[in-house]
Amino acid sequence: MAHDHVHPHHDRDPHAPVNESHGVRPDSALLERALRELLIEKNIFTAADIQHQIELTESRKPELGARVVAHAWADPQYKAWLLKDAKAAIENFLKIDLDLEPELVVVENTRERHHVICCTLCSCYPRAVLGIPPAWYKSPEYRSRVVIEPRAVLAEFGTTLPDDIEIRVVDSTANMRYMVLPLRPSHTGQMSEAELAALVTRDSMIGVAVLAGSQR
Amino acid sequence: MTRGVHDLGGLPAGPVDLSEHDRTFFDQRVDAMMRLLAHPEHGHYTVDAMRRAIEALPRDDYFGLTYYERWVRAIRQLAIEKGLIGEDELKRKLAALAASGGKT
Amino acid sequence: MRPRFTPGDKVRVHAQEVATHCRTPYYLRGKRGVVARVFGAFPNPEQLAYHKIGVPYQPLYQVTFEYAEVWGRPQRHTVITADIYQHWLESDH
Repeated sequence: MAHDHVHPHHDRDPHAPVNESHGVRPDSALLERALRELLIEKNIFTAADIQHQIELTESRKPELGARVVAHAWADPQYKAWLLKDAKAAIENFLKIDLDLEPELVVVENTRERHHVICCTLCSCYPRAVLGIPPAWYKSPEYRSRVVIEPRAVLAEFGTTLPDDIEIRVVDSTANMRYMVLPLRPSHTGQMSEAELAALVTRDSMIGVAVLAGSQR
Repeated sequence: MTRGVHDLGGLPAGPVDLSEHDRTFFDQRVDAMMRLLAHPEHGHYTVDAMRRAIEALPRDDYFGLTYYERWVRAIRQLAIEKGLIGEDELKRKLAALAASGGKT
Repeated sequence: MRPRFTPGDKVRVHAQEVATHCRTPYYLRGKRGVVARVFGAFPNPEQLAYHKIGVPYQPLYQVTFEYAEVWGRPQRHTVITADIYQHWLESDH
């Protein structure tokens, strides 16, 4: 998929953790270790459980969402299903089990309406299809400002929308997790689904960005 | 009106910092612990309880700690609340780890 | 619990104060909106947060709010939506 940011030079996976506990206070690191060791001692979970959970979390990446978007662009019936019952449609297409995941809703950006997703109260995010939220999504600045000055916030991402398009700020306050189906770029009619998926960025599925070639 | 420290919609704030940080091993382990402890089927408490514990942090902690540092404090609160660990035994464990210099 | 509201219904968010866990944001208390979607019924998070079962389940609604209603000054073409549990809503017809 397309990337929203530039990686510094690495000769390994750029998304692997860079270090043990950057920016974390020593008392926090100690607390994490103490809790983990005690809970393992008491058989609340095992070290293998933790590793397995880490791998499961890491397996969810925006590429999943991008594939769903591409498929919806390519198949109008699938798109209709996705907009009506996102969880079922996504499970069916990606062949992943979302039974224990929160409810999912996909909202479609059109020429009349642009959605941008947030969680002002915490960090609710469609992790099942987009992976871990970026730090800015969880930041006090984004959470405070996107509901009161969405266009200014979008401008900070380099995104300018036409004046007459409705911006719909979607605050994920409860059980539903939202993902945006971005506008399809023009001149992509001949592309395969894999090629389409490669165009889709994480930020376009949050709604802070639009895809190149998709605006009027 | 009472407004929780976490209830941020509409409050004045500065520009959004767009820099991306790789998750550290600490972040990954805290995240994993939370998901195991709040698992919908075999967990010990809900994600709602996690949120409540985070929202109850003092203001300085809420804004001064990193995201996962807040989570680890919430895990401590809830693990004790649910009787998974005792406060005294946690104190002893912390002291033991500190005395050993954090070495295995 | 059968949902009380249907899409298109005008509703107002309760203006009450709470000191305990709650998923109705401060900035929407007392505001008027329109029901856009009806989701299912879910356990009450205000109870779940304190290790209670969370019954009765509360129907959940996506409610849309006009910018001017929320912030007291006009801004064209800007709508805010939030998902609000039924017990926080009253009819505003």
